Amino acid sequence: MSEPVLQVQGLTRHFRVGGFRTRGLLHATDEVSFDVGAGEIVALVGESGSGKSTIARVLAGLYPPSAGRVVFEGRDVGRRPSREVRGRMPMVFQDPFGSINPVLRVGHSIARSLKLHRPELSGAEREQEAVALLERVGLIPGADVLRRFPHELSGGQRQRLGFAQALASHPSLILADEPVSMLDVSIRIGLLNVMRDLRDSEGVSILYITHDLASARYVADRMIVLYAGRIVEQGDTERVITTPQHPYTRLLMSTAPDPRLPLADDASVTDLGEPPKVINPGPGCRFAPRCPLVTEQCRASTPALVTLRSNQRVACYAVEDE
Amino acid sequence: MSLLSVSDLYVEYETAAGPARAVSGVSLELEPGEFLAIVGESGCGKSTLLFAIAQLLTYPARVVGGSVHFDGVDLTSLRPEELRQHRWRDFSVVMQSAMNALNPTLSIGAQLVDVCRAHTDWDERRIAERSAEVLAMVSIDAAHLKSYPFQLSGGMRQRAMIAMALLLEPRLVIMDEPTSALDVVAQRSLMRQIQALRERLGFSVLFVTHDMSVVSHFSDRLAVMYAGEVVELGATRQVFDRPQHPYSHGLMDAFPSLLGAPKPLTGIAGNPPSLVDPPAGCQFAPRCAQAMDVCTLVRPELVQEDGRAVRCHLIHPVDRP
Repeated sequence: MSEPVLQVQGLTRHFRVGGFRTRGLLHATDEVSFDVGAGEIVALVGESGSGKSTIARVLAGLYPPSAGRVVFEGRDVGRRPSREVRGRMPMVFQDPFGSINPVLRVGHSIARSLKLHRPELSGAEREQEAVALLERVGLIPGADVLRRFPHELSGGQRQRLGFAQALASHPSLILADEPVSMLDVSIRIGLLNVMRDLRDSEGVSILYITHDLASARYVADRMIVLYAGRIVEQGDTERVITTPQHPYTRLLMSTAPDPRLPLADDASVTDLGEPPKVINPGPGCRFAPRCPLVTEQCRASTPALVTLRSNQRVACYAVEDE
Repeated sequence: MSLLSVSDLYVEYETAAGPARAVSGVSLELEPGEFLAIVGESGCGKSTLLFAIAQLLTYPARVVGGSVHFDGVDLTSLRPEELRQHRWRDFSVVMQSAMNALNPTLSIGAQLVDVCRAHTDWDERRIAERSAEVLAMVSIDAAHLKSYPFQLSGGMRQRAMIAMALLLEPRLVIMDEPTSALDVVAQRSLMRQIQALRERLGFSVLFVTHDMSVVSHFSDRLAVMYAGEVVELGATRQVFDRPQHPYSHGLMDAFPSLLGAPKPLTGIAGNPPSLVDPPAGCQFAPRCAQAMDVCTLVRPELVQEDGRAVRCHLIHPVDRP
C-alpha cells in the first residue's frame, strides 16, 4: 500500500464534566491510532459512548484533540484543519433531517460547496457539475432534483444528497458518521452500495462509523472495534468477522441480529448492554467489568494492542496467538 | 376465541390533496399469549395500524371502516370513559422513544403511581410493592424509583417503559419499535427480556418494526405490510425461510449478513406509492421486477392457504378481466 491518506496517531479527547464538587474528566477517546489507505473503506465499530463519533468530529475539526496528531495527505493537520483540508475530508452526518437547510433548494447546498471549494468554476459549469454529482449518487434526473426542496426528498434521498455535497469538494476521504442508522433497513443497502461504488470508481476513501457489524462487513475493507474510547481490536474485515479475538468483539458478533443464524445461547442474556461512561478511569481494561474472561491482571493495567500472526491487532491479556 | 380481532380496518388521514389511506382493509387475529410482529418500511401504515388498534388516533387521522374487537368488545364503538377502563388493565402500549414518552419532570416511581391511581384503588403500600416488583422484572433496581428519566441509560428507559406497561398485568402489550433507538447489545437483551416475561406472564405481544431481523427469533407469526395492506402473513420461520411475496423477498435481501460469503445486494428500487392516489392494481407493481400486465390492472386479494396468506398474482393467479 502506498502512503496512507489519513494517519491518526495517539488521538485523545477528554471533556471536563460535572460541577464544582463532582468535577471529572470524561475520556471520550484515549490514544487511538490508525491509518486509512487510498481507496479504502475503514469501519469504526462500537456502541454509543464508545467514542467513535468523537473521533470523526475531531477529524472534521469540530473540536480540537486533547493530545495526539492527525496527518492528512502527508501533512500535519494541526489543532484546526484548514478550509482546504476540510474540503478534502468532508463529513456526512447521521441525521438526514437535521443536517440540510430546509428553506433552501437542493441546488443551493451543492452550489455553495462548489463555490467555496472550487471557485474556478463558472456559474454554468457549477450547475452542470451539480447535476453530475447528484446523478453520481443515484439522484436521477439530477436537473429535476436540483430544484426541489429537502422536504420533497425521502430520508434515503437526503443521505444520498449528503454524499453528493461531500463529493462536491473533490474529497480524498469522506467521514461518514452513521449515515444509514436512521434509515429504514430496506433503504440502507442502496446507500451502502453508493459508498462501495464511490470507493471502486472514484477511489475515494471512507471512514465509516457504525454500530452495525453486518453493514460494516458489507462495505469495509478493514474494521476497527472501539470500546469505551479505546481500540480493542482491528484488522481485515473478514478476519475480524470470521475469527473475532477480543471478548467484546465476540459479544458484538453474538448479539448482532441475523435471522439466518440460529439464536445463540450466550452471555448476552445477563449482559444488559450498558457501556460505561469513562469518567476518571482506573488503570485496568475498560471492558473488565463485563468480561467473562476477566483476571486480576485486567483490573490492574490496560493491555496494549498486540499484532497477531493473522495481522489482527488485539488489546487483551486473555488472547493467545495460535 | 381470539384475544384481539381486527377486521377489514381502514384508516385515512385528511390532507390538503384529499384523504390518504394509510391502512387499507387490514384483518388480523391475535391469540392469547401469541407474539405477532408487523414489519414494513416507514410510511407503510404499521404504526397507524397500532394506534388505530389502541384507539389513540387523533385528527387528521380517523378510522373510516372496519372494527377492532378486544376479547369480544368492539373498541371502535366505545366512549372515551369506557375505553379508559380497558387501557393499561387489558392492553398497554410501549412507545417507540422512551425518551419522549416518559415525563422528564417526574421520577419513574411517580409515573408508576400515576398509572395505579388512575386505574386502581390500591393503597400506597400496594402501589410501592407492585412498582418495585415490575422494575425487578426488567432488572432495574428499586432504587431507581426515585430516578428521573434523564438519569437512566437508553436501554434502562426502554425497560422502565415495559415495566410500566406490565404494571396492571394486561393481556396484550402493544409495542411500537421499542428497540430502534438502542445499540445491538441492549437490543438483544431487551428482546430476550420481553420473551422471558411473556413466557412467565402469558401476555400477547403485537410488535411493530422496520427491521425484521430484530424479531426473527422471537415472534410466532409475521405480517409484512406494504402501502397500508398486509401482503404476507404466516409463521415467522416460514416467511423468513420461504418468502412468497416479491416484496418480502426484497426485504429479506435488503440486509447484509455476518454469515457465508459476502455477496452484493440490491435492495428494493423505487419508493412506496402515493397513499392519496394509489395505483389501480397491485400496490407493489410499480417496483416489482416480476410484475405482469394483470398486476397493474387488478388488485390482488389476500388469499389464505395452509396457514399463510399472500397477496400476489404470481402465487394465486386470477382470470384476466
